Amino acid sequence: MSFLDYFRSRKNTGSANVAKERLQIIVAHERGKREQPDYLPELQRELVAVIRKYVQIEDDQVQVELDRNEDCSVLELNVTLPERR
Amino acid sequence: MARIIVVTSGKGGVGKTTTSASISTGLAKRGHKTVVIDFDVGLRNLDLIMNCERRVVYDFVNVIQGDASLNQALIRDKRVDTLYILPASQTREKEALTKEGVEKVINELSETFDYIVCDSPAGIEHGALMALYYADEAVVVTNPEVSSVRDSDRILGILQSKSRRAEMGQDPVKEHLLLTRYNPDRVEKGEMLSVADVEEILAIPLLGVIPESQVVLNASNQGTPVILEDQSDAGQAYDDAVARLLGEEREHRFMSSQKKGFFARMFKG
Repeated sequence: MSFLDYFRSRKNTGSANVAKERLQIIVAHERGKREQPDYLPELQRELVAVIRKYVQIEDDQVQVELDRNEDCSVLELNVTLPERR
Repeated sequence: MARIIVVTSGKGGVGKTTTSASISTGLAKRGHKTVVIDFDVGLRNLDLIMNCERRVVYDFVNVIQGDASLNQALIRDKRVDTLYILPASQTREKEALTKEGVEKVINELSETFDYIVCDSPAGIEHGALMALYYADEAVVVTNPEVSSVRDSDRILGILQSKSRRAEMGQDPVKEHLLLTRYNPDRVEKGEMLSVADVEEILAIPLLGVIPESQVVLNASNQGTPVILEDQSDAGQAYDDAVARLLGEEREHRFMSSQKKGFFARMFKG
């Protein structure tokens, strides 16, 4: 057993690399959110309200994101309309 | 002008108070006049870790509210005579720590002390924000474990946006990573995040690595800051961290397991 353990321990089979991958993803995601202006959630709610005057949509069918680049920022609006019946 | 250092983490139970006790003791032992403030209003514990719980008469909130002077509230350490403790109150509500009140106390301490160490409560609520607000430097205590690393990143975000330095547009708070409860054996087995992993994710300079050690519990049982256990690995690791905080170059230790020989590895039971 211990002979095999020796070779096994050389490989990176532990759970630490899973932890690292999961952390890299969640930390990048949360940093992205942190850098967004405070008004985005409010903007998103108001946009949903306006669009609802004309089309029935759910809250999560409007996505608002701000991409900051060197010299300009892009406000990206994604509205998914319901399928036509 | 005192240098203000916050010991923070977001997550609870990672070793903030242990670290505050050791770093303040280490700074004082080197001759710097140091005060360590417990910001955990309602759940004070620094007094126990520093073995002065029976000498608390007045506390931080009494001073803020004008019920006691700083001199009445400060407790002089019995081991290191350049070290003072300002305990948190045990009963009053957290909102007693106002920004103005904390500033008044810190300004007064600044006149006579070289270092002010702020022991932050866990979480990102009022007490934690007050502890970090006036900081010049931050020691972010992190365990090699997913929830602790994530919470440390959260606290870094708050340091970068909500501290006085951030609000005033001054130089940012100087951030230091202190990895505690590190178990090199488990890292080598791939069961625990390594120093390099945590450094890569948090992307702040490493102040030190404190190995997981039975000495830490023994020291807290007795109310001795671990740094005074100078024969122990954890004590020496804290001493290295304090030296680095003061700008000294010291090689990192206790990051790999005690090397077993080839045969010991092959034939272990």
